[in-house]
Amino acid sequence: MNFTPVILWSDALVFLLLAACLAGAWYIRQHEHLLLPWRRVAQNATALVSLLVLALFLVVGLLDTLHYRAALPERNGGATVYSPEVLSVFDKLVEPLRVQTEKTYSAPLALTLYAKESTSDAQGRVLRDYPRLKFGGAHLADEAQRDGDVAWRGFKGALAGLLAGLLVVLAGAWLLLPSPASGRGIEGEGSQSKQKKREGSLCSTPLSPTLSRLRERGLPLRALLIATLIIATLIGITFNLATAYHVLGTDKVGQDVLYLSLKSIRTGLIIGTVTTLVTLPLALLLGIAAGYLRGWVDDVIQYVYTVLSSIPSVLLIAAAVLMMQVTIETHPHWFDTAASRADLRLVFLCLILGMTSWTGLCRLLRGETLKLRELEYIQAAQAFGVSSFRILTRHIVPNVMHIILIALVMDFSGLVLAEAVLSYVGVGVDPSTISFGTMINAARLEMGREPMVWWALAAAFGFMLALVLAANLFADAVRDAFDPRLNRTEANA
Amino acid sequence: MGAILSVDSLTTSLHNGVAIVDGISFGIEQGETFALLGESGCGKSMTALSLLRLLPDGVVHAGGTARLDGVDLFGLRERDMREVRGGIAAMIFQEPALSLNPVLTVGQQIAEVLELHGGKNAAISQLPSNPSRPPLVRGGSCNSSPDKGRAGEGLILQRCIELLDQVGIPDAARRVTEYPFQLSGGMKQRVMIAMALAGQPKLLIADEPTTALDVTIQAQVLQLLRDTQEASGMALLLITHDLGVVAEMAHRVGVMYAGQIVEQASRAQLFAEPLHPYTQKLFAALPDAARRGQPLAAIPGSVPPPGSITQGCRFAPRCDKAWALCSEQTPGWTEVGEGQGVRCHLYSERGVGSKAREKIPSPPAPLPQAGEGSAVVRERGVQSSLLQVKDLQVHFPIRKGILQRVVGQVKAVDGVSLEIAQGRTLALVGESGCGKTTLGKALLQLIAPTAGSVQLAGHELTGLAAGELRTRRAAMQMVFQDPYASLNPKMRVAEILEEGMATLNIGGGSTARQAQLDTLLDQVGLARATKWRYPHEFSGGQRQRIAIARALAVSPQLLICDEPTSALDVSVQAQILNLLKSLQQELNLSYLFITHNLAVVEYLAHEVCVMYLGRIVERGTAEEVLRAPKHPYTQALLSAVPRIDGTGRERIRLEGDLPSPADPPPGCHFAPRCAQASDRCRAGYPPATDCSATHVVHCHLF
Repeated sequence: MNFTPVILWSDALVFLLLAACLAGAWYIRQHEHLLLPWRRVAQNATALVSLLVLALFLVVGLLDTLHYRAALPERNGGATVYSPEVLSVFDKLVEPLRVQTEKTYSAPLALTLYAKESTSDAQGRVLRDYPRLKFGGAHLADEAQRDGDVAWRGFKGALAGLLAGLLVVLAGAWLLLPSPASGRGIEGEGSQSKQKKREGSLCSTPLSPTLSRLRERGLPLRALLIATLIIATLIGITFNLATAYHVLGTDKVGQDVLYLSLKSIRTGLIIGTVTTLVTLPLALLLGIAAGYLRGWVDDVIQYVYTVLSSIPSVLLIAAAVLMMQVTIETHPHWFDTAASRADLRLVFLCLILGMTSWTGLCRLLRGETLKLRELEYIQAAQAFGVSSFRILTRHIVPNVMHIILIALVMDFSGLVLAEAVLSYVGVGVDPSTISFGTMINAARLEMGREPMVWWALAAAFGFMLALVLAANLFADAVRDAFDPRLNRTEANA
Repeated sequence: MGAILSVDSLTTSLHNGVAIVDGISFGIEQGETFALLGESGCGKSMTALSLLRLLPDGVVHAGGTARLDGVDLFGLRERDMREVRGGIAAMIFQEPALSLNPVLTVGQQIAEVLELHGGKNAAISQLPSNPSRPPLVRGGSCNSSPDKGRAGEGLILQRCIELLDQVGIPDAARRVTEYPFQLSGGMKQRVMIAMALAGQPKLLIADEPTTALDVTIQAQVLQLLRDTQEASGMALLLITHDLGVVAEMAHRVGVMYAGQIVEQASRAQLFAEPLHPYTQKLFAALPDAARRGQPLAAIPGSVPPPGSITQGCRFAPRCDKAWALCSEQTPGWTEVGEGQGVRCHLYSERGVGSKAREKIPSPPAPLPQAGEGSAVVRERGVQSSLLQVKDLQVHFPIRKGILQRVVGQVKAVDGVSLEIAQGRTLALVGESGCGKTTLGKALLQLIAPTAGSVQLAGHELTGLAAGELRTRRAAMQMVFQDPYASLNPKMRVAEILEEGMATLNIGGGSTARQAQLDTLLDQVGLARATKWRYPHEFSGGQRQRIAIARALAVSPQLLICDEPTSALDVSVQAQILNLLKSLQQELNLSYLFITHNLAVVEYLAHEVCVMYLGRIVERGTAEEVLRAPKHPYTQALLSAVPRIDGTGRERIRLEGDLPSPADPPPGCHFAPRCAQASDRCRAGYPPATDCSATHVVHCHLF
């Protein structure tokens, strides 16, 4: 084996979360009433498209979570020596982006550096000119060819992306179509004909019965189709251009900004999701305990969260992060790689964010529980002498689950933004961790340069906007699907 | 005299074309009350909302015309329609607590209507400089100059006070500056009526105006509506499900079923001889003393959802007189006599012809209910009492200030004693807020009693530790009021029913339990397959059956039924009452029946306790209390109930509302509202007086 897998703390937490999500999804599939709101989500075009975008981010994040250390050619007494650098599968996939670093800033799709440099030619004359990049557009002999080449590569990429998108759609149709048929006990048609019918729908010819069944379930197929093709085309263009150019330019030390942006996704996702691992048990347990048990339990919990939420959270986080930083620096022997040290800091940031952000959800849950405990089915259970624990787990928790879910998806985008703010202030992730916050922090100086270096900030801005917007739109759809008031009118109508 | 409101084949439908209100026609003359009668889901409220063009999203006017005072309502522009709403036509709603804005004073809310629709108003047109306004144009000129504005405001305030006086609100000048939360439910409904009257409407639409109110308050509000109508000559469209209210108020009645008017007649005609089988069934489903011991004629099933029946008569699936034609052809409107019409094949020419040819199944006799051996209830001798309650008190402390010091007590239940024998039904009657439900929960030990004793089958329940109490819980269970809130929506029926058994370790293993669940579902008349379904798939009546089955699952001896039928329609109420009655005979159950519906009490109860402000004021057998009530409160309560046969009955009007249990009046609690109160009543609480061996009353008159 020429590598050894490395599981960092944050990786372990992500895997745990993933397992929990899969288990939850499996459980929901078994229960019709739990599945119902998700069906409503699936009928919402905005939700599906934003889920598609989120899924792309998620794939990048997950690939970036599979870490390993590559073996070095040297051997130390028979034992393989592994590189001290921890890489991820994603790093390996986009290796050219990672290793093809320039000297310093270069603009998106540029052939030369952003600043003039003095070079001496063969005659010994000193020239001040923009030096050519080592990698970006290195295949071109003449700078004038650039525009044509970019257009041609972009076109080829778009075409390839479109084709790939079509393939994905077809594969999706293949996978998706038999399931409703078998689910309903209706014999599906041969997959070959299905594929043809699916293709037929692309040119909006009459639909097959199978497809119309999908329609009946209200899946917004057209929106999904269009979104898939657009995204595939965009990816195709970017991919093809990235093989020869720095699509989003390079930063101060010549790193590809596209690579940095893609690496930032994992950090954002981890902050957004792992934090909920900390938030959830605290908020759920304390919230429903306060609401159901009332009395002194309620008083204590209320005092705790009132006090906690009246401390400025940035101060609290800054204090905690600085303390942790000192601890880490005084114990360097705890970590065998720099990555594990940076990772621990990330995990701690999640922990600290979680400790300060459970109060909102806790308050919501307490309120809902206060309402629920007066309901007659709770009293009926009390009349049977059902224990408080069982009432909490069987009657209260299932009935506040929708609030938890809504709060989690809504909080996600807030946490991603919080990371950016904290890293900008300097109390966020480790400076060596690539994140939207560190990118923005670096851009602070770049914006002051003349001429201005705008692309790093623009890239971070664009990626974060896409991620948070998709998450917000999805959260909105989830909230609507779980809102009993909205759906009651729908049921009546 | 022409009709003020004439509605012609009005149709209101959902966006997908399903008609909720399906071609209804009627007319109301000046000074006339037209009642729309029907169960929930029949489209009564939608009719009213259609007339005012206030339909909710997703529901549209699909056809037909409505002319109000010569104006075509559906031909008006929206801004002109605003003049109609609250001006020519006003509406009052069911829930007074929700129809007033909590952050505005009563006066401000009435003034708003006066400002908008005061154009016709004498008080405002007295203003010398007030320009005469053309009709149907919003008049905002009162505020055009400060002087006129101030003068206008003074007049408006004066008019507000007049209006409040008119609807019988005492001390109107003070009330006009109060907020809705300071008023009781009855007062709020009066304010709503005052607001409706402010525009001097020619048509008042009252959508279940008294459903949320107690009988004594209901009587007050109905009287007020009658008086107002007499004084102003407005037409009244009364929407209700209560035959008693119809009998008291209506001149003419339209019976609605599944979006159609199935019968229209004058009140006298309708109550003398209902024609449509549905109307007949509605009458037969009403519980009362005369039907004691017999099962009620419940209508099987429930109202079909709109659009589910497209062919034939919509009532056919529930009708025992239906024959083949009924499910094939939609019956047309048949004029039967003077002003009376019906939508039924029994009266149409085609129907009569077809019926003669076909062999009609004779209407089946009322199906004997399971376990209903004889029609007459076996009156058991008084056995040893199952439940004995002595001087039970439930007080809630009122805490105030930073230190949460106790400054007073809400005496929700204040020294109640009662006994229930095995297999008997005790009805606990009283207005809302008198402590009935608290008493029920205190018996179950869901609320810890402050003092007193509760003995179930000889075992004391108060002050038991949780573990000991659990062993006693199986003997006493509760059926709740709201079938929509009493079942956990996330649990399947089987899980709901099994919960009690599992907790109390009853019924052996899970397979044995499943068999028991089947038996239970049979007992309450539900299909066995229903146990794998979730509560949201059931109708209100079915949910209440599940709730009863859940209570029965642990084989209790006593069921506390807290208004189990008040959220249900008449026909479904009859189903549930039949079920409760047959279960009592089958299982020898005892019931504590908490209700405000005296008709149900007459039908079901053996003994009656009348509760007022946390205390029982009269106790006796049903016969004694309901036929010969002694306490003035019982008398007033009984006389306030609208009767379908009730004409020429002496009515005792109760003034005011139930006092607060935090601050009960000194002496007899009822004295401030009692017409026969003397100084002695205000001095001390009357002791118990025995009128007979079973009849006890707390009143100084005896």
